[in-house]
Amino acid sequence: MINDFTIRVATVNGSGSQSANSILIKALFYMGIPVAGKNIFPSNIAGLPTWYNIRVSKDGYVGHRRDAEILVLMNADTFQEDLAGAKPGTVVIYHDKLTQPGMRSDLVYYPIPFQKLVMECCEVATLRKLVINMIYVGSVAALLDIDLNQVRHALEKQFHSKPKAVDLNWKAIQAGVDYVKKNIKKNDPFRVSAMDKTKGKILITGNDAAALGCLFGGCTVFSWYPITPASSVGEAVIQYFSKYRRESKDNQARFAVVQAEDELAALGMAIGAGWAGARAATSTSGPGISLMAEFAGLSYFAEIPAVVFDVQRLGPSTGLPTRTSQGDIIFTQFLSHGDTQHLAVIPSNPQECFELSQEAFNLAEEFQTLVFVLSDLDLGMNNWMSEPFSYPKEPFQRGKVLTAEQLEKLGGFHRYADVDGDGICYRTLPGTKHPKAAYFTRGSGHTEQATYSEDTEDWQGVLDRIAKKIETAKDRVPQPLIDRVSGAKIGLVAYGSSDCALIEARDFLNGKGLKTNYLRVRGLPLNGKVGKFVEECDRVYVVEQNQQGQMANLMKMAYPGLAGKLKSVLHYDGLPIDAANITQQILNREGKAS
Amino acid sequence: MAEPQSQTTPSQPAQPKTNRLGLTRQQYTGSPSTLCPGCGHDSITSSLITACFELGVDPVDLIKMSGIGCSSKTPAYFMSQSFAFNAVHGRMPSVATGALLANRELKCIGISGDGDTASIGMGQFVHLLRRNVPMLYIIENNGVYGLTKGQFSATADLGSKLKSGLANEFPPVDCCALAIELGCNYVVRSFSGDNKQLVPLIKAALSHKGTALLDVISPCITFNNHEGSTMSYDAVRAHDIPLHEIGFVPHFEPIQADFEPGTTKDIVLPDGSHIRLKKLNRDYDPTNKLLALKTLAESKEKGELLTGLIYIQEGKPDYNELMHLSDTPLAHLTEKELKPTPAALQEIMQELM
Repeated sequence: MINDFTIRVATVNGSGSQSANSILIKALFYMGIPVAGKNIFPSNIAGLPTWYNIRVSKDGYVGHRRDAEILVLMNADTFQEDLAGAKPGTVVIYHDKLTQPGMRSDLVYYPIPFQKLVMECCEVATLRKLVINMIYVGSVAALLDIDLNQVRHALEKQFHSKPKAVDLNWKAIQAGVDYVKKNIKKNDPFRVSAMDKTKGKILITGNDAAALGCLFGGCTVFSWYPITPASSVGEAVIQYFSKYRRESKDNQARFAVVQAEDELAALGMAIGAGWAGARAATSTSGPGISLMAEFAGLSYFAEIPAVVFDVQRLGPSTGLPTRTSQGDIIFTQFLSHGDTQHLAVIPSNPQECFELSQEAFNLAEEFQTLVFVLSDLDLGMNNWMSEPFSYPKEPFQRGKVLTAEQLEKLGGFHRYADVDGDGICYRTLPGTKHPKAAYFTRGSGHTEQATYSEDTEDWQGVLDRIAKKIETAKDRVPQPLIDRVSGAKIGLVAYGSSDCALIEARDFLNGKGLKTNYLRVRGLPLNGKVGKFVEECDRVYVVEQNQQGQMANLMKMAYPGLAGKLKSVLHYDGLPIDAANITQQILNREGKAS
Repeated sequence: MAEPQSQTTPSQPAQPKTNRLGLTRQQYTGSPSTLCPGCGHDSITSSLITACFELGVDPVDLIKMSGIGCSSKTPAYFMSQSFAFNAVHGRMPSVATGALLANRELKCIGISGDGDTASIGMGQFVHLLRRNVPMLYIIENNGVYGLTKGQFSATADLGSKLKSGLANEFPPVDCCALAIELGCNYVVRSFSGDNKQLVPLIKAALSHKGTALLDVISPCITFNNHEGSTMSYDAVRAHDIPLHEIGFVPHFEPIQADFEPGTTKDIVLPDGSHIRLKKLNRDYDPTNKLLALKTLAESKEKGELLTGLIYIQEGKPDYNELMHLSDTPLAHLTEKELKPTPAALQEIMQELM
């Protein structure tokens, strides 16, 4: 079994296994073999169990798999559970001190004396807890034929600034390799072999890619409040902006990143900055979105641009902070009281995190409104293979902003008047040096001239004009990607991080004789293209990672006449969606269960 | 509210007085107030108009920020040539912070009330102070909610009574002491009815670097002006003790010599303007932080309303400086200045390979 299996490493959170796992996945990546890493971790700093899945797939599938063929078991607390869940024939590389009488006989065991090896290879007692993980890197490499040169390369990249750390960890890796070579007779079919499928590709998390989108999308004010799983967007923004956004003459910052006091303030600052003409964003997750509701309504009604990254996690309430979800689709679509509706872009991979983030800033300014970037924990925090990002060629779309010169020619302007008939009004920016530039921004009822009004016609007029603007935006948000297959009667609809599992599921279904068309939603609100796709299919499975079938419900609202054709395929246990689950549900519904 | 506007008659066409920008006082006014006649807030608005007019604040450089409440409506009543933002309840500080980060050239007057600041807005208020965001922040403080018809706010004094006779049983938030504690370097308490004190303190606040906090007691004529209230006009007038007499000499005017040497103290502001403090019946040094806190605490014990410049310290970095912001406002940076080069992207991608 070459280049087609999953390695699952079970460790204790906070034990330093993240570096070890990162080196393993990178070594495989440098060998040219497609890989995907999924970190299944607890909401905890140290002590609770954590798992890391490395999928090795010659076919390039990067979705989650429930099964693993190779287990690396370092955690006594989950040892029984991990063994119990294994398929027959699973390889178990484990800490020999965990050996118990009566262990299953249908698994392949490779006990390793990690404790003894770490005592020998690491003199500093306090470092042993961390270094011990590197021993399994060596053991796994030796057992699977992972190129040690690439392991070394990955190690050096990981600890580039610390040669001492490289030496120490390399000794541990060597100890793992040597032990396996001297003491273990390989008794399983799993190994890797170099390929050329990752050449020129990058490994990146969606959150890092989103931060790069902010950098290249011209974001200058970024306010955020720490929250899992969105914190790494803010941290990456700080890292990239600090390096690439400085004045050359005096090193002053061409950006402001603010760690706000809470999510209310985080969005408030973004809205203040957007109002004053900066491209501004905030990043958060579900609980933060809940707090942002009031400001979201202000942005919608007072028409102020801002971008909100929602790296979705499992809710409701605190939910499971370290587990993934697509549960904020409906909430963000209509966030705030009263009649509101927001724009959203939905990236499916790091490349789209980069590109659609930039597009979000364009949309926010063009439509003078809030734009959500709907990512999730799986996409945001896990490492994904990607083509390198291409340099954005299109200029920024800054929307309808009047300068002092234009005001002089026009003799004035009305902030909320629909001059062009598209529902989008002209705005001015504070600081514009013209006596007619100013207007009064408020979330209360107002006229086209931005004066306070409780008049019924004024109220409805403004609200209807904004609705018209949102209508205009439907054809301007990222359009769905559609793959039509000749002869296919079934349609699949998915979005975001479900895409990778969908790709795999379609191949599998096709193998079972079930041809499918596929539409991937990339922007909200939905427009007619999605409805047309549904019309063309006999029935449509809407695949999503939430319990309520939120996208399916949005589709039913948008195309009530087609509601009967829509069926939900749901996955909401907090683990990333996997192809097996999708295919099983669809085969069952199609009466083709195997 | 409102000060009578200068009138011209056919027989005697008077030239209205103009300031150093050539603007008339009229050009610093706004829409007519819709607050209750006699509201303290209208007097504060009038002081703001006078201060900005006399100082020659350019309306196009100013933004007026507010939250929600009676006080937060007042940006509509002055300087209609300036941008204004009536945000959500208690959240003006974050919106102002964002706007000022986007454009550091803007001058900012934030107007809030005691509910908007010390109750719902406490969370953002304290962090605005910690950051030292460069703006003038006025609390139009009357101890009650007006628009919702007279409930206590968090600055209501212990024992102060509502119209219904209900007495407040919770200690008040002292926004001045809080501000000093959190690093605010310009802290004023004043009274809406004392424009002689308020106008120079507003002018000086506009010259201060960082957050300038003005806690202005501003009686609510409708819901908190009865006997038993500690914030009625009568109660405030009875307990108001000015710490000093305030004078202000703007940087563009010559400094006059001190008439009676030793009786005044000058404080120089970053733009070269002077605050001139004339001693009344006590020695008070507003640059002494501990003295300021002690004086506030003692006055509370005695039931006095001390007004004037409570605390000032110049030379501290404001938020722009702390953020190392570029001189060019972020909102004015061009696409070319914002987008790193293709080589930079290449470098980033290489690192990830």
